[in-house]
Amino acid sequence: MNKLRLFFLSRRSWTLPYLIFSIIFVIVPLLLIVVYAFTDDAGRMTLENFRKFLAHPEAVNTFIYSIGIAILTTIGCIVLGYPAAWILSRSNSSYSRTLILLFILPMWVNILIRTLATVALFDFASLPLGEGALIFGMIYNFIPFMIYPIYNTLQKMDPSYVEAAQDLGANSFQVFWKVVFPLSMPGVVSGIMMVFMPTISTFAIAELLTMNNIKLFGTTIQENINNSMWNYGAALSLIMLFLIAATSLFSSDEKSDSEKGGQVW
Amino acid sequence: MVKKVLMQTYLWVLLLLLYAPILIIVIYSFTDAKVLGNWTGFSLKLYRSLCNTGAHHSLMNALINTIAIAFIAATVSTLLGSVAAIGIYNLRARSRKAMGFINTIPILNGDIITGISLFLLFVSLGITQGFTTVVLAHITFCTPYVVLSVLPRLKQMNPNLYEAALDLGATPMQALWKVIIPEIRPGMVSGFLLALTISIDDFAVTVFTIGNQGLETLSTYIYADARKGGLTPELRPLSAVIFVVILVLLIIINRRADKAKNK
Amino acid sequence: MQSEIKPIIEVKGVSKFFGEKTALDNINLSIKKGEFVTILGPSGCGKTTLLRLIAGFQTASEGVIRIAGEEITQTPPHKRPVNTVFQKYALFPHLNVYDNIAFGLKLKKMPKDTVLKKVKAALKMVGMTDYEYRDVNSLSGGQQQRVAIARAIVNEPEVLLLDEPLAALDLKMRKDMQMELKEMHKTLGITFVYVTHDQEEALTLSDTIVVMSEGRIQQIGTPTDIYNEPINSFVADFIGESNILNGVMVKDKLVHFCDRDFECVDEGFGENTPVDVVIRPEDLYIFPVSDMAQLRGTVQSCIFKGVHYEMVVLCHGYEFVVQDYHAFEAGTEVGMLVKPFDIHIMKKERICNTFEGKLIDETHVEFLGCEFECAPVDLQKVSLGDVLVDVDFGKINLLDNAEDGMLTGEIKFILYKGNHYHLTVWSDWDENVFVDTNDVWDDGDRVGISIAPEDIRVRVKQEER
Repeated sequence: MNKLRLFFLSRRSWTLPYLIFSIIFVIVPLLLIVVYAFTDDAGRMTLENFRKFLAHPEAVNTFIYSIGIAILTTIGCIVLGYPAAWILSRSNSSYSRTLILLFILPMWVNILIRTLATVALFDFASLPLGEGALIFGMIYNFIPFMIYPIYNTLQKMDPSYVEAAQDLGANSFQVFWKVVFPLSMPGVVSGIMMVFMPTISTFAIAELLTMNNIKLFGTTIQENINNSMWNYGAALSLIMLFLIAATSLFSSDEKSDSEKGGQVW
Repeated sequence: MVKKVLMQTYLWVLLLLLYAPILIIVIYSFTDAKVLGNWTGFSLKLYRSLCNTGAHHSLMNALINTIAIAFIAATVSTLLGSVAAIGIYNLRARSRKAMGFINTIPILNGDIITGISLFLLFVSLGITQGFTTVVLAHITFCTPYVVLSVLPRLKQMNPNLYEAALDLGATPMQALWKVIIPEIRPGMVSGFLLALTISIDDFAVTVFTIGNQGLETLSTYIYADARKGGLTPELRPLSAVIFVVILVLLIIINRRADKAKNK
Repeated sequence: MQSEIKPIIEVKGVSKFFGEKTALDNINLSIKKGEFVTILGPSGCGKTTLLRLIAGFQTASEGVIRIAGEEITQTPPHKRPVNTVFQKYALFPHLNVYDNIAFGLKLKKMPKDTVLKKVKAALKMVGMTDYEYRDVNSLSGGQQQRVAIARAIVNEPEVLLLDEPLAALDLKMRKDMQMELKEMHKTLGITFVYVTHDQEEALTLSDTIVVMSEGRIQQIGTPTDIYNEPINSFVADFIGESNILNGVMVKDKLVHFCDRDFECVDEGFGENTPVDVVIRPEDLYIFPVSDMAQLRGTVQSCIFKGVHYEMVVLCHGYEFVVQDYHAFEAGTEVGMLVKPFDIHIMKKERICNTFEGKLIDETHVEFLGCEFECAPVDLQKVSLGDVLVDVDFGKINLLDNAEDGMLTGEIKFILYKGNHYHLTVWSDWDENVFVDTNDVWDDGDRVGISIAPEDIRVRVKQEER
């Protein structure tokens, strides 16, 4: 009894409200996805939902296609964003801070407005909407998420690594590939996380960008939920949840590896 | 030298591309053409009709709902998150790690999973979805960001400050108010502003938790509109205004962060 | 014989400016092949900048640097025959020990087995055999240090540059590494250029010491030279402990300080010239009062320092630090004696503050970026406009509250002169103000500076030719 009283007096107990809130609004809902995914309308245990997914080539195709689009978007963001982050990290600090703010700013404009604006831009330039517009729109929506973490790691990198490499005989090209790029991997990895995950889980964006011609996995899920196919929708959500968990596990491994390095310094 | 010019050009071209869509919307908010790309002369008509609430009752309602939801959610998550951050900071390593993990779930999950999971929660509890459920949902995904902006302030704080206050005769409550809160206030303010912006910005979670009682936020309004075929002209000045407001908010956050760093 | 050997590094007239700030001011230095040279100075004196110019991380604003006779002033670092051991080692965290050391060799496209052989040899040299495949982040500070040295010497540079390499190690480790570095220098036979702020390290390790302060070389010499014959009071104070007093050179071989004339060995200062007198604590003989005593005083304190005792003796209002193997208790009356050749005389760089200023009217003069009130100036003798302003060291008041002064500054250097402190204050007008005071201040204190009107002397600015 005494122990319990001590706990409530200590500031550790301040975690309790948030813990309770999180259990109700984060953990239980996630468990509900699992429960719904493995039951049918009547609440009986079943694997039918997953069987249905596998039996539906259309759904599986959408799933694979979405992963493909997400990978393409991520690669596009790295290819376009890395040089930008690198240039920014080498500019003088007040200038680069203003510029990085300019790069992040569009991130805060409502994603639907941004997407509609992209559609408008394509209309304006009389370019056809379709796969090209989809990739452009996705890169446009998510590239700030790539630039920012890479810029951060490059910015924090001790300049003496570059000097040490030069000192040991590396020219600027070798300095970049043998030292700067490998050391910026933590930034690239969190960039990948921050681009790949939202890309894979967007819905409605793809339809707007392609005049309803291309559907991504997120939309499939949403449509099922909207049509009261909760159990099937939950199963699809669970599949996506696994994908997200796998990606974040992969990247947290990478990160903790490099963070170990960071701590020593 | 040439290399430098090339690099800077690359940056600015990329920025221009990023801003092109937004710029087009802002530019075309000053004309009353029905379709984008069709300039029919400078006009403030769209702005005027936006102010004229009678004409666009539903849009104005959606705007008010959005702001109300954002302020309630941001306030509650700032309180909940700050209290939680103080608690987490005082936990032992293992529990702290566990709490940290729970805290990152909503951030990692992606909007759609958060939205669906909460939808399923409300449905299974038989709660009618509406204003309250949207607010609860927004608190769910805003609080982690508040915790993440308050925790670093606590870690920076000299751990002896609290004890020093107690030593000088303050009660734990007084020590909290007079020492800890002032120390973490910058983090709380940034967290609040952050929560405000992501709440206003949210679309996916709102769609799943808003129910079908006719409640609308800006996001759902735009979504419904877009499905009907493109941006209604009145959304152009509204987007421009929102863009400017967010610009100002972000500059304030950034200034605060700079100041905190310089200290 | 020595002069026959061509210098391996030649620095000629090198200056480096960062915006308005002068980091290095006309540096001339020549380093012989195989030498162990230490660049010594307090932080911010420009020693690291000089090293970085030699390594090529920065380029000189003016002047020429040659390595092995070849001009390399503008050469990028990867083409220079030097290698650097960095202050915090800068080991690449994404590579293991082997790959760190092999980094330079691999860039030279050396065959794999040669690389392996050389890396093993380098590891053996630094006593880290069998550490090849360890993660560099798992190594201790001392081990990282060794890997950093191995990574540099494996490339067989002509010159090894070391930037405060031991600063991050604890005392014991530092002592061990000093001996090892000395050994390594002998074995490798290459030139070492070593930057440090630790005078003891410099004295232990070097063949030649270069003492720097405020971007200038103060003195170059062997450790013995520098210790025994410091060229000015800065060097005397920075290297070892010293008693530095104000004195007057009465005539050749006779100096007056502490209310008494002393025989000395210096000459050529002219008659009745103010000078700095430097006496090392171990050069003062201390004994019970007797006729032999040149100075008589009272012991203020006595501390055992492991081998010797260190005593502070007050005589004629001056405090002397004395080291001796015999202890005299505090309160004891003692006599002291110093031999003529142990009295080091140094020319004073200045005897009062002199500023360039502008006379505004009879009672106002502008200098150090502020307008000061001064005693009425005879406008017959001094005309309005450009003038020189003299202020005695002792007449400048320093104020605790920086806002209370006419201008503010930061205390940069403190010299104890037996009965008062001589401070160098870096004013916000970017000009040094020298102050004599009895108050105790700390390095880096922000102070306000004020000067009473009657202490400001205005004189005509002579046209210099």
